[in-house]
Amino acid sequence: MVKIIYVEPDGTEREIDVEEGRTLMEGAVAHGVEGIVAECGGACSCATCHAYIEAAWIALVGEAEGDEAGMLEFAFEPGPHSRLTCQIEVTDILEGLRVQIPAQQG
Amino acid sequence: MDTRDLHVVTVGAGQAAAALAFRLRKNGHRGRIDLVGNETWPPYQRPPLSKKYLVGELERERLYLKPASAYASHDIGLLLGHEVTRIDRSAKKVGIAGPQATEWSYDVLVLATGGTPRKPMGEVATWPNVFTLRGMDDADRMRDAFVAGRRLLVIGGGYIGLELAAVARKRGLDVVVVEQAERILSRVACVETSDYFRALHEKNGVEILEGASAGTFERDGNGRSVVLLTDGRRIAFDIAVFGIGIVANDELARMAGLACDNGIVVDDRGRTADPAIWAAGDCARFPYAEHMIRLESVPNAIAQAEHIADELVNPTGAPYAPVPWFWSDQYDCKLQIAGLNLGYTSVVPRAGGQPETNAHWYFRGDELIACDAMNDVRSFMLAKRWLGAAVRPTPGMIADSAWNPTAF
Repeated sequence: MVKIIYVEPDGTEREIDVEEGRTLMEGAVAHGVEGIVAECGGACSCATCHAYIEAAWIALVGEAEGDEAGMLEFAFEPGPHSRLTCQIEVTDILEGLRVQIPAQQG
Repeated sequence: MDTRDLHVVTVGAGQAAAALAFRLRKNGHRGRIDLVGNETWPPYQRPPLSKKYLVGELERERLYLKPASAYASHDIGLLLGHEVTRIDRSAKKVGIAGPQATEWSYDVLVLATGGTPRKPMGEVATWPNVFTLRGMDDADRMRDAFVAGRRLLVIGGGYIGLELAAVARKRGLDVVVVEQAERILSRVACVETSDYFRALHEKNGVEILEGASAGTFERDGNGRSVVLLTDGRRIAFDIAVFGIGIVANDELARMAGLACDNGIVVDDRGRTADPAIWAAGDCARFPYAEHMIRLESVPNAIAQAEHIADELVNPTGAPYAPVPWFWSDQYDCKLQIAGLNLGYTSVVPRAGGQPETNAHWYFRGDELIACDAMNDVRSFMLAKRWLGAAVRPTPGMIADSAWNPTAF
């Protein structure tokens, strides 16, 4: 299990143990984290699982590329550290990752 | 009684039912919420059934829309493996069959029964190597048959059939697609999109036969399964999947005297003529741009159910007026569709930056109504945005490669 800290839109910090191999999005949805909608269930087709990776982590997690980057252009207030959480697989190197969820999706 | 204290029962425990239930709680609904589903699993997402789940790349638990604990913590009842067999509208009760057969009262009933795949006529429907795909049990049964070197016969060149063809080719099966209409995807897409996907599949080694109808099925002298097309061709196969559409599960509604037309007829809020009964998702036929339609898509199941949940708690009479959208993944191609091309009069193709990036823009006269985007996420997202607005690009703009869409 990997500890991920999801910061909900209102600032509430949710420390969640996510199974390795699941995506950040799945971790959020499975634990009822506020603000991750994931309408398409993880198919990189809806841009409603958008979150900001905290600056300290972005080098490790990596920036969005390709289709994901294209989708993110249309997310709510995208930034350089924006990612679609359905595209990030949780592995132990992400232990302690902090993710900020935007005020709204889409 | 405050509407927030009403007992809501859903017939069905799938995408729409789950979306309704959680949205009700989010809206502050306090009354009982019970989902009754005839499958044995909690609400789960179907799209991966024709893709990763089928080939064993995604475990069952990852299909579930929410973990079991979420239903308990939100006080949402789940009665699985049971079937609502009758609705007594005057008494506001439903009869439920199953291991714990019973009768429940309801204040509000939401029909989220989905659809059942059309089966072929005749004995072939019972063959162990012949399948349709709708639920997890179908995918579980098919999985072991999906072995490299075998020949898969796909009857129906729609999305299910094409996704299965793609997955089968990647697995090393030999694939033949038989489409009765003159082109694949004819029911849902323009010639240009059919051409795109025909080329994509043929490039990947799928044999596509269009304008071809399956006549009879038989076993040859070696026990091999064979289909005789109506034009006389014989195709031997190991597995056959029929992807020839679904029929809305509206019998229950019909028996209860509710208007049905391959779908449970509802108004623009999702309500039937019975003020206590609503319908959402694949089973619901609702008004959309001067038509009555059923929208078979995950986004519709969710959005329509959530609209009903909003109307139940805070009735404003607001119409459900979605921008329909849909996606399909075949090989490395991401197809995303925005809008509904019903009644289109012209199509403007527009190439994207990269070779396989393409979008086909549908117009009814000068009005933009839909877009098929292939590996073109920007066109898809722009289309969704424009279709939600009154002012949209003209055919001339889309046709002009020098025109900048992001500046519109």
